[in-house]
Amino acid sequence: MVQFHKPAWLENSLVRWVDHRLPIFSFMSHELYEYPTPRNLNYWWNFGSLAGIVLVIMIVTGIALAMHYTPHTSLAFDSVERIMRDVNYGWLIRYIHMNGASFFFIVVYIHIFRGLYFGSYKAPREILWMLGVVILLLMMATAFMGYVLPWGQMSFWGATVITNLFSAIPWGIGDWVVTLLWGGFAVDNPTLNRFFSLHYLLPFVIVGVVVMHIWALHVHGSNNPVGIDTKGDQDVIPFHPYYTVKDMFGLGVFLIFFALFIFFAPNYMGHPDNYIPANSLSTPAHIVPEWYFLPFYAILRAVPDNFIGGWTTEWLGFIIFEAKLAGVLAMFGAIAVLFVLPWLDRSPVRSSRFRPMYKWFFWIFAIDCVVLGYMGALPAEGIYVVISRVATVYYFAHFLVVIPLLAKFEKTKELPKSISEPVLGGGGGGASAAPAKPMEKA
Amino acid sequence: MREIGTAFVAGVMAMWISLPAQAAGGGTAPPAHQWSYSGLFGTFDRAQLRRGFEVYKGVCVACHGLRLVAYRNLQDIGFSENEVKAIAAEIEVPAEPNDDGEIEDRPGLPSDRFKSPFPNENAARAANNGALPPDLSLIVKARAGGADYIYALMTGYKDAPANLKVPEGMNYNEYFAGKMIAMVAPLADDGIEYSDGTKATVKQQAEDVTAFLAWAAEPELEERKRMGVKVILFLLLLTGLLYVVKRRIWANVH
Ligand code: HEC
Ligand code: HEM
Repeated sequence: MVQFHKPAWLENSLVRWVDHRLPIFSFMSHELYEYPTPRNLNYWWNFGSLAGIVLVIMIVTGIALAMHYTPHTSLAFDSVERIMRDVNYGWLIRYIHMNGASFFFIVVYIHIFRGLYFGSYKAPREILWMLGVVILLLMMATAFMGYVLPWGQMSFWGATVITNLFSAIPWGIGDWVVTLLWGGFAVDNPTLNRFFSLHYLLPFVIVGVVVMHIWALHVHGSNNPVGIDTKGDQDVIPFHPYYTVKDMFGLGVFLIFFALFIFFAPNYMGHPDNYIPANSLSTPAHIVPEWYFLPFYAILRAVPDNFIGGWTTEWLGFIIFEAKLAGVLAMFGAIAVLFVLPWLDRSPVRSSRFRPMYKWFFWIFAIDCVVLGYMGALPAEGIYVVISRVATVYYFAHFLVVIPLLAKFEKTKELPKSISEPVLGGGGGGASAAPAKPMEKA
Repeated sequence: MREIGTAFVAGVMAMWISLPAQAAGGGTAPPAHQWSYSGLFGTFDRAQLRRGFEVYKGVCVACHGLRLVAYRNLQDIGFSENEVKAIAAEIEVPAEPNDDGEIEDRPGLPSDRFKSPFPNENAARAANNGALPPDLSLIVKARAGGADYIYALMTGYKDAPANLKVPEGMNYNEYFAGKMIAMVAPLADDGIEYSDGTKATVKQQAEDVTAFLAWAAEPELEERKRMGVKVILFLLLLTGLLYVVKRRIWANVH
């Protein structure tokens, strides 16, 4: 069994003096040093701390960019090019920030799928999970507004398309929201100004939610690949040095991928049209959002315009649905459904390792998301529309039909008695395993 | 190790997801061309960039600006300080108001940016049958296919298929979106004379001017790749060491 002990630096007299008055050192020691962590976390557990590091990278490079950027429609594009050409290492700062946004989403999407696979959203981690979804929404808003700032063609037209979506909200609220977003009657200088202001603000809101996310995490500790609660000291190890060094190693691997893009393919994930200055008189042939929005964009376009609009207007009489509304609702619904996932999935077993059927449906769902991503990039015509619709229906069916049904009918495998049992190779197969029973109250 | 494998696969998958085909918008996909600056270690060919500048200055400048590039930047591709001063001095730009408040013209300085041929969009369109010749500073980054596309476009003028009627003022070029471009084939064999004596075929000029425009769009390319190689080597070493440390620290857990 691994020994738990307080770090030596807590005994330093100055540290003790401060700690007696403001226990910041014992807090750090408790949460980052001794913090007991399941001993069996695999590398999928690296992505949470990676996301935190990427967030810091984004904030640091973003602040540096803001020192040289000018949020005015006539200067924004050129000010970005000045950063690229005349600011010392400006190209490096900008390419880190630009690719950093994509990598942030890669990391967080993997982090979320990790949660889906190992059932990390289940009791007692529902609030932790919901805070994560809030972070995802905030990230999307931040990334969307950031993409507008260089004021290229995709910036402008992306902003126009996405802000217009809000006009689908009925009762005149939509138009009010759109005018508020624009600061006028079209995407223009006031829009750029407020987007810059908010793009600077939101990452700090994200920091705030991440603090709560980690606070919630530290109440019950991490879930783990086996998905059962820790039962005592034999199941856990101190966070430091075990997970600090593992996270550092993971960070190294991550940075290699990140650097390959920054230095050798910095525009690979971008769209060439954004190197054309914004022009409100010339619409690009295809308006495509950044790749990380593509699955949601596909869902938006998959819903036929007259889906609800047609009959509800008569049916509910007083509700006037604009044609677009159904698509917009579906798009936001795709994220909203994540919020209620902990209550849709009533299966008592967390980890897919002991859920032979859910495991399969998890992968089908993952493929479905990739398919949606591809459809989002392709023009909405012909067979692509059909595929988008099927994939969209499946997306929702996964959460609203498959998961609730599995909870009822799936025959889960027997759970091991404790984490250390399979880890230490103590359990002789299923013989000593306890039958799957509802999650213990931790 | 198995987990590293899966993590790796996931990473690759994620990259691959980000690959959605950038819809080219109607033109034939340009064939791949070999550029001296492609690949991990590729660098610009100075002599070629110099020739490319001569093509730009001899031909394209009549219609296309290069407004994000400053004359002083030419020093980065091998022009001497005096050469740059002379090139800059060939243009006239409005000076600061003089003591009487009048604005006179002064010769260009190395710190000035390339002067665009037309004062505004309307003037540019008026001179080009209503079509707008785009500024070329970022053209290589602003088109799907990048340099391959520009090269293909320059060398892609052909007679239109018999069944196709090319409207007045338009030219057939299969690489252009819509295949009808308002720009007349800008290059001709021996249309310019190279100062280094290279034979100025259309292909040669097209390749040189494209390389020059690639540099204009990404003047940081060489520094970026050089730094990239060092950073990657450093990260490989660091990550390898971290892996060893991780193994040793975890030795008593497994
Ligand atoms: C006589 C004027 C003229 C000259 C000289 C000229 N161009 Fe053009 N160019 C145009 C016009 C006009 C267009 C716009 C074409 C259109 O939109 O149909 C254009 C468009 C282009 C485009 C954009 C094609 C696209 O994908 O939108 C490129 C690249 C280009 N020119 C490169 C060059 C280069 C390189 C040279 C010098 C070798 C050059 N041009 C010389 C008039 C000119
Ligand atoms: C800025 C973005 C985010 C940051 C910085 C972040 C950070 C972290 C960190 C450091 C952990 C602990 C390490 C780990 O278990 O991986 C964690 C855990 C967790 N996160 Fe996030 N996270 C982010 C976004 C999200 C999102 C979008 C979701 C889900 C929608 C989410 C869901 C979870 C869950 C469920 C856990 C507990 C996991 C477990 O113990 O199994 N997180 N997060």
